[in-house]
Amino acid sequence: MSDLHAKVQQVFDEPGCSTNQAKLTRDRKKGCSKLLAPGAAAGGCAFDGAKIALQPITDVAHLIHGPIACEGNSWDGRGSKSSSSQLYRTSFTTDMTEQDIVFGGEKHLYKAIKEIAEKYNPAAVFVYQTCISAMIGDDLEAVCKAAARKLGMPVIPVNVPGFVGSKNLGNKLAGEVLLDHVIGTQEPEDTTPYDINIIGEYNLSGELWQVRPLLDELGIRILACISGDAKYHEVARSHRARAAMMVCSKAMINVARKMEERYGIPYFEGSFYGISDMSDALRNIARLLVDRGAAIELLARTEAVIAREESRAWQRIAPYRPSLLGKRVLLFTGGVKSWSIVAALQEAGLIIAGTSVKKSTPGDKERIKELMKDDMHMFDDLKPREMYKMLKDAQVDIMLSGGRSQFVALKAKMPWLDINQERHEAYAGYEGVVALVREIAKALSNPIWNQIRKPAPWENTATLNERAIHIA
Amino acid sequence: MAKVIVSRKQCTVNPLKMSQPIGAALAFMGVEGTMPLLHGAQGCTSFGLVLFVRHFREAIPLQTTAMSEVATVLGGFDNVEQAIVNIANRTHPRLIGICTTGVAEVKGDDLKGFLKLIRANHPELGHIALVNVSTPDFRGAFQDGWSAAVTHMVEELVGTPMLEGSFSRRVNVLPGCHLTPGDIDELRDIFESFSLDPFFLPDLSGSLDGHVPAEFTPTTLGGISLEHIQRMGSACWTIAIGEQMRGAAITLEHRTGVPYKLFERLTGLSANDELMGFLAQISGVPVPRNYRRLRSQLIDAMLDGHFYFGQKKVAIAAEPDLLSTLAHWLSEMGCEIQAAVTTTPSPVLERIPSEEVLIGDLEDLESRAVGADLIVTHSHGRQAAERLGIPHFRVGIPIFDRLGAGHQVTVGYRGTRDLICTIGNIFLANGHEPTPDTWRQPVQETSPLVQLHIA
Repeated sequence: MSDLHAKVQQVFDEPGCSTNQAKLTRDRKKGCSKLLAPGAAAGGCAFDGAKIALQPITDVAHLIHGPIACEGNSWDGRGSKSSSSQLYRTSFTTDMTEQDIVFGGEKHLYKAIKEIAEKYNPAAVFVYQTCISAMIGDDLEAVCKAAARKLGMPVIPVNVPGFVGSKNLGNKLAGEVLLDHVIGTQEPEDTTPYDINIIGEYNLSGELWQVRPLLDELGIRILACISGDAKYHEVARSHRARAAMMVCSKAMINVARKMEERYGIPYFEGSFYGISDMSDALRNIARLLVDRGAAIELLARTEAVIAREESRAWQRIAPYRPSLLGKRVLLFTGGVKSWSIVAALQEAGLIIAGTSVKKSTPGDKERIKELMKDDMHMFDDLKPREMYKMLKDAQVDIMLSGGRSQFVALKAKMPWLDINQERHEAYAGYEGVVALVREIAKALSNPIWNQIRKPAPWENTATLNERAIHIA
Repeated sequence: MAKVIVSRKQCTVNPLKMSQPIGAALAFMGVEGTMPLLHGAQGCTSFGLVLFVRHFREAIPLQTTAMSEVATVLGGFDNVEQAIVNIANRTHPRLIGICTTGVAEVKGDDLKGFLKLIRANHPELGHIALVNVSTPDFRGAFQDGWSAAVTHMVEELVGTPMLEGSFSRRVNVLPGCHLTPGDIDELRDIFESFSLDPFFLPDLSGSLDGHVPAEFTPTTLGGISLEHIQRMGSACWTIAIGEQMRGAAITLEHRTGVPYKLFERLTGLSANDELMGFLAQISGVPVPRNYRRLRSQLIDAMLDGHFYFGQKKVAIAAEPDLLSTLAHWLSEMGCEIQAAVTTTPSPVLERIPSEEVLIGDLEDLESRAVGADLIVTHSHGRQAAERLGIPHFRVGIPIFDRLGAGHQVTVGYRGTRDLICTIGNIFLANGHEPTPDTWRQPVQETSPLVQLHIA
């Protein structure tokens, strides 16, 4: 476990992370995970984070070495899409029992890896440690090493038991796993000056495919997406890319930064959410590639595509403006993503009545302030009860958030749109912005709202607002 | 009848099973004003929470002691204490149901001792009931966690009967975890029509039936009240549904002297005839007219539907009581149980009308379901059903890719009647259309007759 602790310290002290660099040395040592409050905590564990980050690799068997809870309670829950292999959607676990706890689970684990290799012939097996296998001292690295040698295939130890920390830490540690065991282990058949990596994009609901056609048009090749719709060999060969984009979430910044350090691949932080962010992303990709030897005409071609796509997107958003004008949105996302869609929502005529800044850095907050002028409310933490009151009192017209607060909105009889990772709609790129605006209009204009807010005939004639005030 | 075998595989592929703590947590969710608490890492809770949110499409009250690695090594007392204090201050529950996990059990935290100490340290929390249940993830399954939690609630919350004796019209009902909120509502209607007053423990129909409450509630939205649980000793009978509830029923009988009657299932004509007969007997009320009509409707549905059920091959994967219920009923409709896969040992398994019952996973189901007419299992069976091209009827937990999981009713004459229609319609929609070649004999290359023709 001491290796694991060293890794945790290392990812906490990330020079590529602006939040981390803004801290005092003393604070930096404490790490970036908040102490979890028992009885008042929400969110996944580090193992959850590691699985989220790695499971999108499609032709790999993901084997969870733990009791049934870790996999049986959670599998087939993420909407990461694949263009080829569906193996990543098959669930593998050692389903540890008392026998394993008493006698150790290493032999059991080895046999499980062997079974998978024989039955499914995967490109690799990723083996995930859990709290229980860590507690009883199973040596994951040793078993994986032995299995890889005997079975002649990559067997990658993902030593990220749940109790080491939060989901975000798990994302980062998963990145370390790729750096240590996968990236740079194979060579691509050919390379071009137009090869890029996209890091921290999971192709949820197929969002990568909203972006990919434009890159294809520009002749830019995604050597590897880490990890959405990726194949094992693509990740293994990703060290030969010319440039990289790190998608807005800071979950995998360690991967981007270390690939720059080790392989000289420059990267930028960007986002595919929102029109201007999408354009910036394309611009930055082109610029980095030209810096690294691509023909300079790529810049002009990129600008042409941007101009065409922006005008097309604005044109497609315009028809929604009249019905959305002046509608108030409560925007609750992980934080950093907030500002990247604020501009698009404003362009569609919506007013941002409030947004969460819980996970935002001071820089993010400045940017949000700038965008939203005076009519905004920034919330560090809005308790469900307060959120419910805001909605019930009709201070806003719609809430955009993650699934966790879905029922706070719906039970207040207010429209709600899922914009978190579990969503079923794809909102990336120019296509995605239009889709987001369309979905908001669809939610707001649904005829159910007027029907369900009317009191039952046997209730008194108090209006919804009066009742809301009563409840408050 | 059936041979019960345990899978010998080292790697579970596409799990059917879920873990004990979340089964126990769901049982606690059937009590009003409750916050279930898993004593483990925060992932233990978040996985369970997401699972129930996807299934019920409801906000789910479920908290965690958020054990870190260090806390796990040093012992979880501080975390349990802090969690209880935080929950008490933030959500004002009447009951906190504490379930252990693999993490707590491998460490060996003495939860009973912890709670004693916490009680002593915090007299101000005296009004909150605390029930703890041992539910290691590495033993048993969801159903075992549910029944363990109910048994513990009976032990800790049911009062000793008062001198006034029993109410002749009150019955306790202990439903297994395979009953939906809709099933509970249906049963309540049935009991009440016999002028009986049922107390359901747990009662998911009040908390997870999908209603819109007038106010925001961080704990469960409804369910049986602590007062009602306390008074369960004054009932005249306890009715347990599903073998998994036998332990809780016996415990209740020992504590209070209330006799129990166990119904292994309430789907199918004979099973419901038995229930109706029993209710008429204990209540002294003859079977009400609408249930006589419903019985007749069920018989008619059996007549109309049997054409489509006869000799259909069905592959089922579910927890023991649900598997047993469906396998018996389907075989009563003329189906053949081609495969039966389950999660955990139970006395009902060997009576299942199938050659063998396998304690295994959905990979086992997939390999045994080839050529079947129907796959019956929870939503995780969708990949297997798709690969095999066999229709999939979703039962149990989780059902995350269909609406109305909580309203699916399969108990009573009415529930059985509707189930015949639902499943019968699947058979009807997947009938095989004849083609010109359907009845053509396969050509055998060596046949002299064919040779002759070719010549």
